[in-house]
Amino acid sequence: MTALLEVRGLVTEVGGVRVVDGVSFEIAPGETYALLGESGCGKSMTALSLMRLLPDGGRVVSGTVELEGTKLLTLPERAMRQMRGGRMAMIFQEPMLALNPVIRVGEQIGEALALHRNLTGGAAREAARGLLDAVGVPDATRRLDSYPFELSGGLRQRVMIAMALAGQPELLIADEPTTALDVTMQAQVLDVLRALRRERRMGMLLITHDLGVVAQNADRVGLMYAGELLEEGTREAFFASPQHPYSRMLFEALPRPGDSGRLATIPGQVPRLDGTFTGCRFAPRCPYAVARCREESPGWQSFGTQRVRCHRAGELPAVDVRAAGERTGAAPPAAPLLQVDGLKVHFPIRRGLLQRTVGYLRAVDDVSLVIEAGRTLALVGESGCGKTTVGKALLHLIEPTAGRIALAGEVVTATGLQRLRRRSQMVFQDPFSSLNPRMRVADILLEGMDALHVGEAGQRRAAVARLLQQVGLPDDAGGRYPHAFSGGQRQRIAIARALAVSPQFVICDEPTSALDVSVQAQILNLLKDLQDELGLAYLFITHNLAVVEYLAHRVAVMYLGRIVESGPAAQVLHAPRHPYTQALVAAVPRVVGTAADTALRLAGDQPSPIDPPPGCHFHPRCPQADARCRETYPEATQVDATHWVRCHIIAGG
Amino acid sequence: MLSYILRRLLYAIPILIGVNLLTFALFFVVNTPDDMARLQLGAKHVTAEAIERWKTEHGYDKPLLLNEAATGMEKLTNTIFFQHSAAMFAFRFGKGDDGRDIGNEIRTRMGPSLAIALPVFVIGLLVNITFALLMVFFRSTYLDLGGVVLCVMLMSISGLFYIIAGQYFVAKLWNLLPISGFADGADALRFILLPVLVSVVAGIGSGARWYRTIFIEEIGKDYVRTARAKGLSEVRVLFRHVLKNGMIPILTGAVVVLPLLFMGSLITESFFGIPGLGSYTIDAIQAQDFAVVRAMVFLGSFLYIVGLILTDISYSWVDPRVRLR
Amino acid sequence: MNAQAVVLWTDALVFLLLAVVAGLVWTIRRQEHLRAPWGAVAQRPMAMAAALVLAVFVAIGLLDSLHYRERLPDSSADAPQYSVEVLSVFDALVGELRTQKEKTYSAPLAMQLYAKEFVERDGVTVRDYPRLVHGGAHLADAAARQPDIVRRVAAGLAQGLAASLVAFAALAVWRACRAGVAVSAWLDDWRAGRLGWPARTLTGMVTLLAVLGAVLLQLTDVYHVFGTDKVGQDVLYISLKSIRTGLVIGTLTTLVTLPLAIVFGIVAGYFRGWIDDAIQYVYTVLNSIPGVLLIAAAVLIVQVYVESNPQSFDTAAARADIRLLALCVIMGVTSWTGLARLLRGETLKLRTLDYVEAARAFGVSHARIIGRHVFPNVFHLVLIAIVLDFSGLVLAEAVLSYVGVGVDPTMHSWGNMINGARLELAREPVVWWQLGAAFTFMFALVLAANLFADGVRDAFDPRMGGRR
Repeated sequence: MTALLEVRGLVTEVGGVRVVDGVSFEIAPGETYALLGESGCGKSMTALSLMRLLPDGGRVVSGTVELEGTKLLTLPERAMRQMRGGRMAMIFQEPMLALNPVIRVGEQIGEALALHRNLTGGAAREAARGLLDAVGVPDATRRLDSYPFELSGGLRQRVMIAMALAGQPELLIADEPTTALDVTMQAQVLDVLRALRRERRMGMLLITHDLGVVAQNADRVGLMYAGELLEEGTREAFFASPQHPYSRMLFEALPRPGDSGRLATIPGQVPRLDGTFTGCRFAPRCPYAVARCREESPGWQSFGTQRVRCHRAGELPAVDVRAAGERTGAAPPAAPLLQVDGLKVHFPIRRGLLQRTVGYLRAVDDVSLVIEAGRTLALVGESGCGKTTVGKALLHLIEPTAGRIALAGEVVTATGLQRLRRRSQMVFQDPFSSLNPRMRVADILLEGMDALHVGEAGQRRAAVARLLQQVGLPDDAGGRYPHAFSGGQRQRIAIARALAVSPQFVICDEPTSALDVSVQAQILNLLKDLQDELGLAYLFITHNLAVVEYLAHRVAVMYLGRIVESGPAAQVLHAPRHPYTQALVAAVPRVVGTAADTALRLAGDQPSPIDPPPGCHFHPRCPQADARCRETYPEATQVDATHWVRCHIIAGG
Repeated sequence: MLSYILRRLLYAIPILIGVNLLTFALFFVVNTPDDMARLQLGAKHVTAEAIERWKTEHGYDKPLLLNEAATGMEKLTNTIFFQHSAAMFAFRFGKGDDGRDIGNEIRTRMGPSLAIALPVFVIGLLVNITFALLMVFFRSTYLDLGGVVLCVMLMSISGLFYIIAGQYFVAKLWNLLPISGFADGADALRFILLPVLVSVVAGIGSGARWYRTIFIEEIGKDYVRTARAKGLSEVRVLFRHVLKNGMIPILTGAVVVLPLLFMGSLITESFFGIPGLGSYTIDAIQAQDFAVVRAMVFLGSFLYIVGLILTDISYSWVDPRVRLR
Repeated sequence: MNAQAVVLWTDALVFLLLAVVAGLVWTIRRQEHLRAPWGAVAQRPMAMAAALVLAVFVAIGLLDSLHYRERLPDSSADAPQYSVEVLSVFDALVGELRTQKEKTYSAPLAMQLYAKEFVERDGVTVRDYPRLVHGGAHLADAAARQPDIVRRVAAGLAQGLAASLVAFAALAVWRACRAGVAVSAWLDDWRAGRLGWPARTLTGMVTLLAVLGAVLLQLTDVYHVFGTDKVGQDVLYISLKSIRTGLVIGTLTTLVTLPLAIVFGIVAGYFRGWIDDAIQYVYTVLNSIPGVLLIAAAVLIVQVYVESNPQSFDTAAARADIRLLALCVIMGVTSWTGLARLLRGETLKLRTLDYVEAARAFGVSHARIIGRHVFPNVFHLVLIAIVLDFSGLVLAEAVLSYVGVGVDPTMHSWGNMINGARLELAREPVVWWQLGAAFTFMFALVLAANLFADGVRDAFDPRMGGRR
């Protein structure tokens, strides 16, 4: 079988930095090849090199790229334009930004049709409608006249795919096509891609950082690290017996269902590419590294369907199955530390001549929570469901509209905020925007202590040193500015800042979603250690169910401002009762085991909280909904003593 | 949409009142009519009677805010504030020092002002956008660098020099066009050509450079990469995708000055002897004719606010994200 | 004491500004994240060459801001009386350039007056161009002028080149010694542009300036390089004196703008609500009034004030100075709105950032949040605005002076030069040199400021630098 795409020794530089260094691989017709790697490893640049769409200052230094015998890198630009969107097409990560905001969807697809299939006018419109149908955009005729901002993220990504298909490409390059989407949307889009590949026998280059996405979609896998390909093989072989130490460690760093033992971590960080390398690029982080690894760059070695670049390949110990750890703190529930009753956050919507309030955006609508000391409650849901608003309202960063918050038995009032803030703190999602770039780390840590008068003024410097040590940062970190640190280290600083006022309760708002897998494991371990050590209670806000299982004792699932299911973590994740929770759990791409194709898939998008559907908010997307669901919002139904669900179906039997 | 425009219109009223109060304070409170009279009549050797006579002639012999001597509504209306400031809301501007009705002057002088300003606006916009697009097309080449340097040099030259150079070379040395003056009808073209040419050239530097930055920013966005990935040619990417998005800030930025075109350009009109509002204003400043200056302040503010409202409307017109929300 | 120091209002403010800048430089040097972008500015050849030119202008402006009055020669030592004429250290340095006056116009480097007069020659009165009192006075006849000029230019060139060569050699030896390398190695690095600063451009620029200066020195001795104006004053001298006016307007105006823009912009963006509405109202009102008219009104007020309080201003210089200051203040009051709007927008974005939320979660006070989290993160915008506005203000002075609401007509300024000269364009032959001189100096200053501003903006603009 001849290859559809053949890449040989590709070397790409951007601004003088070698971002891709000697990458070679092949893709057969109809095959999906996944290029896997952490951020900054050069996988996107590889794809852009193939399309010859490198950013300004980037160029391919050497190597060849052949698409069915056509040498792409030496084609004149005019001929290359025929290839782009014609025989090879590409979809990008951010569907919000990748479509032209002021041109109608139909016209944007039409451009590609006109260019590659000579279709114009009515024929083009018909073809565009057909494409939208093919990618599962409901009501395609109407959508042709929509502008991108009128569509949800999932729909936009489908439009992107439709546009890529317009030229009937033989090769589709998908650069992190689902990273910016919620799990349910991700599942929908991946389904579309899988179906299209089957129907059209397209080759696909799938670029992703998510092992789960690879497990369910790829035929073969190439693992990239620091601009190089480290390992390659069929999916089955790669997942069954990863050969490179890096591959193995990636798997071990991943929280797995049914296992809440300590995660293995990869020490250190991905190296910067602007230096020069001697020896294996992974050697500084590799526990198996020997002297040779640091001196000599390893060549390829083959093992059956796999090949790997490692001096010690084949000598490594067999893949050790991680021992299922004991769940810590399985002790009987302690006294409630935080009790929230009927929390509401409504934002007024003003319209008209006099800016009268015409309605409310019910971001949080009647949420009640209990968290015990030393325990973790995970609040999960898709973006826009109001989970972050809950976190901020608990700290009075957003003023709650109604509700009662009691911390350690003491009701929080507007005058007692000082005490609230000493007892509860927050860790934010984005470690880049949560630290002031103009302040030294020590000053960042001191800020809370100064403002809340924690400890003696003279002792605070000593406290800073202790905090840095506690979160695993070097002693000299205090004198430096945040930009000197990597994402994971910054998140450690953010955690230290929250701990500076010795709180009993910490709200973690997606603290690992901006981090790579290997770094995520470090932070999750740290959070767990701190909980054991200091007896902290966490409210862990996340959309990542795998992380939930690792860290949480209880889970609350949120949909459109309300909690629809709540119970012990293991129970909710393994035996979900609410149809929404079931869909969420099913949508998560699993690394082990394959997803059943019959899995429950959610149709459509989350509605707007300004105008929620009547009755059960979930009914328009619910496959089991009946008349009751359309009329009244369900009351809570106890499944057992600690597990309840708001669903008519459950309530009714 | 309609209620939005109505709200903007309502919002304009307090601003106009603010402008009015500010000018009233500047012209009558800080700078009393007595001071004005003294300045007008020559600072020295002024008798009290001369000042009084001047004030009576100009209608400034009333109390500022409250006329105790008058009765009824007269108490409020027979004051400087009511007669000279509040009256402007009805577009009654009174008479200038030369005895002519200011409102009349404004109406007759708007035409010539517009005859210069409108072509400058339209041609300038076209020229600047073309120049900017050319630079963007040749970006990161020496052509672009040269264009940028040329722009910086052009914008480092005072506008006065463009006019002087234009008058000297085109009109005086080469005798192509009249040096200054104005005529009605078809004849006007001869007189308009040079001022328009000079003003357009004077604006290229800053205009083209600004538009270039806008286009360059657009070209770095993700949707441009998508358009290229479709196989579109660079020219098409530039003219269809980039231009369409770049025009949003450009057009809406330009709309705000649209009503102000009526005001004309002070310098251009004065140099070229165009009988428009610009030269009217400059003459008033030089003759210290307060009534005219006040009227022009009010007119300028009024037109600016109209411009702001037009900007809001044009935003929703060119940007579907605003229109459809 | 042969002189009495005179501190005009603008002098005091200029030196206050100098102190502020010095303080800022000191702070910036100690803070790594502030220093880094300036380091980037220092890497840009164009920006550094522009900075060098600006430095020359600033030096002249500062020298021209040290004012004094000479003691009248016949006044007694106990009760000294001082001349009404206010001079500056710059005047003292240029010496004869100020005092060597002709009768009226004369062309650049001329030895004869521009207009024919009746002169007595060999006992006969003829109508001819009279010789200048100073320009080319050392020459016997007109034929000797050209060779003399060529000779002097050549001498100036040689002197300038020699001086810069010596300076360059000294620099090379010093730097090589400090770096501990051979001088030849340092020169190789210099040639290859490997020194870490734009050494070649700066060397070239210093040489150019040295040569220019030397040639001017050679010529000004015996000629009026840019001719003389209507009253016979040397145009080069006027142009040089105008530098201070331009700089004062360009800098002091921002001194007024900054506090207004920073306080109102940040407060509006941070607190939002009715405070924001009020501040937006104020700046929409100010913005809606045509700037020239507002300035005209304010200048008229100042004029009235000065005329009704003559006792407060004992010299013509003080009167002109207060008008200059008033112009700066009123231009500042009318121009803070742009920066305020920019800062408001940026603050609106910043206040939603997580680090501000984190500070709020600790109950940190608003003043402290603004001071530690907001202001330091918008400071680069303030800086970019200062350098960008400077050139616009210098250009605005010319236009305002032309309209008649600029600086005092007795003050030396480029606007007044243009205003005075433009009517003379109708003459035959054309009197072009005043315009030429004003154009050259303004262009040099504004171009240098624009190029420097470009460098600063590129270095500080967060969009160019990515997230870091």
